Amino acid sequence: MSRYVLRFGALGYLTLLLLVPVGFVFYRAFEHGIGPAWDAVSSQQAVHALELTLLMAAIAVPANTVFGVILALALVRSRFPGRGLVNAIVDLPLALSPVVVGLALFLLYGRGGWLGGLADHGIKILFAVPGMVLATMFVSLPFVVREVVPVLREIGTEQEQAAETLGASPFQTFWKITLPAIRWAVAYGVVLTTARAIGEFGAVSVVSGKIQGRTETLPLYVQAQFEQFDIQGAYAASVVLALIAIATVVALRVFHPREETS
Amino acid sequence: MASSAAVLERPAGAASGRAGGALAKGVATGYLTLVVLLPLAALVWSSRADGAQAFWHQATRPEAISALKLSLGVAAVCALINAVAGTAIAWVLVRDRFPGKAAVDAVIDLPFALPTIVAGLTLLALYGPGGPFGVDVAFTRAGLLLALLFVTLPFVVRAVQPVLLELDTEMEEAAASLGAGSLAIFRRIVFPNLLPAILSGVALAFARAVGEFGAVVLISGNIPFRTEVSSVYIFGQLQSGNEGGAAAVSVVLLAISLGVLLLIGAFRRWRTRHDV
Repeated sequence: MSRYVLRFGALGYLTLLLLVPVGFVFYRAFEHGIGPAWDAVSSQQAVHALELTLLMAAIAVPANTVFGVILALALVRSRFPGRGLVNAIVDLPLALSPVVVGLALFLLYGRGGWLGGLADHGIKILFAVPGMVLATMFVSLPFVVREVVPVLREIGTEQEQAAETLGASPFQTFWKITLPAIRWAVAYGVVLTTARAIGEFGAVSVVSGKIQGRTETLPLYVQAQFEQFDIQGAYAASVVLALIAIATVVALRVFHPREETS
Repeated sequence: MASSAAVLERPAGAASGRAGGALAKGVATGYLTLVVLLPLAALVWSSRADGAQAFWHQATRPEAISALKLSLGVAAVCALINAVAGTAIAWVLVRDRFPGKAAVDAVIDLPFALPTIVAGLTLLALYGPGGPFGVDVAFTRAGLLLALLFVTLPFVVRAVQPVLLELDTEMEEAAASLGAGSLAIFRRIVFPNLLPAILSGVALAFARAVGEFGAVVLISGNIPFRTEVSSVYIFGQLQSGNEGGAAAVSVVLLAISLGVLLLIGAFRRWRTRHDV
């Protein structure tokens, strides 16, 4: 009896909180047929926003993947003073408000900021793509590190040591031994990083200046259309983002690190 | 974790460390400094640029205090609901059996994958003015709570699920054979084992809820002293040119985030101590 109460309670909660709202956006977007929805997402402004969003991900995801693996290796394989602090800093983007992240970048690269002088040399960071990329990199930094660290810890170093004894260079050891062992964790982390990079709103919103057709990503476009009473456009762009999210969820299932042990 | 890991890692550190290890450390700290530390240092620096008195004045403005109280209060309620609902969902996903369970398990990750602004828009469409259910929580604190519950849903579920999976059912069976009811078994056996995981999930959900922006910006209406949370307040101060006010409240949020992370670290050590 209590089993059924729990089951239907849990499923009911998920349905009302998650499934119905997400389903309803699809309904509202296609309420008047495919035509208007397609027109809304194929407008020049929407296409540009989508391209810019993908550009953010195309820069931030590889950077956070490469440096994420290096960070994980440094955290697990070596001991140095301040390692605990580095550990906490890696987690910080998960716990910090995105608006605070945006403001921090704004104050660093803005007028009077430590690196505000870059703008005078023609290097525009704020209200331009570089600032938005930095914001995206900040918020999506922890995912690869957090997925790779436990796997590195679990596989230990025996095989790496064996490879080294047999004369492998550190690079060969990494490429032939370490990387194959962590590849599913990396893939899982990459999917999470990509999802966060594509969906980031608060941090990018602060540093982008929201210049239409120039620094507007797809999530910013959703808000702009909503505030300009183009509800249809907001729903249509939301559907594009929701489809990416659903693809992410499917990919997470495919790359789940649990498979590695089986 | 730290002490047992140290024993395992020391020989490797000595053998494979040297050049490769030093390079990895250097690159890793350099990247972290450039991307994370430098901006945060600039934030803290700016917040105190006009002196401690100005900082205090900005951080204690009535509107700022009201927004901070609301953020912490709603986040606390959200965290509590997550503690119960998240544990229940994790239990159903691990111990119950029904058709479509794998799909339900996958759906849990949706709030992690869905852009927060889309989450806010969807909730506003459904539970806002003119919604199909006739429920309208737009521009209310209930709406705020709803948005936060949406984005924080996975934290407790994903923290509790693996622990519950590994938990041996033998103890529970023994208790049942001795005549314990299902409530007593949960309270005395299952719950104490899950507690560290529940607490770390709850802490992460709380931290996320305190700082959330995208999901609440549309549904809360951002009415000062009523539905304006700290993140929205910071954004507003920046828009109106009061960088000092934005920076002061941001530093308070940064301190809260760091505090929560330290707490989670403590829960993690507690959990690993229980494992051994």
